[in-house]
Amino acid sequence: MANYNAVKYDGFSKGGLKLIKTLTASSSATLSFVDGTSDVVLDSTYKEYLFIFNNIHPGTDNSAFAFQGNAAGGSGYNETITSTNFRAFHAEDDSGQTVSYVTGNDQAQGTSFQRLTSNINSANDSGACGYLHLFNPSSTTFVKHFIARVGYEEQEASIQVDMFTSGYFNTTSAIDEIQFKFESGNIDAGTIQLFGVA
Amino acid sequence: MATYQDSRYNIALPSGAGGSLVHIKTIAASSDSTISFVDGTSDVVLDNTYRTYIFKFINIHAGSDDVLFSVGFRDGSTAYDATKTTTLFQTEHNESDSGTPVFTYATGDDLAQGTGFQVMTRNLGTGNDECASGELWLFNPSSTTYVKHFMFKSNINSNDDSSDASYGAGYCNVTAAIDAVQFKFNSGNIDAGTFKLYGIA
Repeated sequence: MANYNAVKYDGFSKGGLKLIKTLTASSSATLSFVDGTSDVVLDSTYKEYLFIFNNIHPGTDNSAFAFQGNAAGGSGYNETITSTNFRAFHAEDDSGQTVSYVTGNDQAQGTSFQRLTSNINSANDSGACGYLHLFNPSSTTFVKHFIARVGYEEQEASIQVDMFTSGYFNTTSAIDEIQFKFESGNIDAGTIQLFGVA
Repeated sequence: MATYQDSRYNIALPSGAGGSLVHIKTIAASSDSTISFVDGTSDVVLDNTYRTYIFKFINIHAGSDDVLFSVGFRDGSTAYDATKTTTLFQTEHNESDSGTPVFTYATGDDLAQGTGFQVMTRNLGTGNDECASGELWLFNPSSTTYVKHFMFKSNINSNDDSSDASYGAGYCNVTAAIDAVQFKFNSGNIDAGTFKLYGIA
């Protein structure tokens, strides 16, 4: 438990993270953060938002964890994204390792859900942890940038992966909803926390 | 600029609706062979109080030349030998702008189900302009179901006068909880530097 002195320095002197919402998956098809709903704030209150993923576990083998946004006043999680994706991997049996670009996980003005991982399996030693920064989603002038880093064990033969994703929603509309899901099957378990960076 | 209201909000709700980056412990190195954060010792919290922990290491200065800064995790015994599989890639750019900048996977310093300490930097020297700074994230260390993921990034002024960045990640491939984390160089002491541990509520 933090004492007053610790909180004073981190919360007062430096600003910091403000927890907005924690969502816990339980065989959930999607997890959505919608501004103005269920205490979620995703507007001009903060210039930067941070999502933290803890032990995101798929309900189905061989599925990628992904996210998309919805513009204010729009319908559907289908905003235009251009993105990059690369990853380092290393097999538990030391049979291979490298760092390289992942062509299949990027988008060029695409409207699909943006992959944050490649395929994950449903064993208990799999699952994903990491974070996603979303910058100034309420801007109606600039594109909305995001940067993510996620660690997980990949589907094939116990491979540890450190995946980096970044890009932007190429729209001048504000983004006020973010949804996470696996490309197939449910989110069996795990938590996603949304923070505002003060 | 934070206001009094902000501070009051954090104090009132440190682990609930307020949330925050909560400072847990700061340790200053002074010719120490290791720096350890042990749950339940010296006010350190490293359990299910928080889902996510962040260690900051700032101006970590080596006592010996040509050494690597590293981290180990404790999973139930007294040793920092939790089994890990990790990745590590690094960049390097010389102050003289000579040669081709390096961008490479660090094959020799990753681990495949290894129990040794995970390297988090390239080679450091003892000059006062040579030190390391960075951060390490540890996810849900108290889980007894899932592996324990971690990821780090660091930058150093190396012992050959270059800016070297390291990006590493991995998991402790154990179901036992991780209750302590230790930092050290592969040789010699930690001459100086600051370590900070935070919990994210």
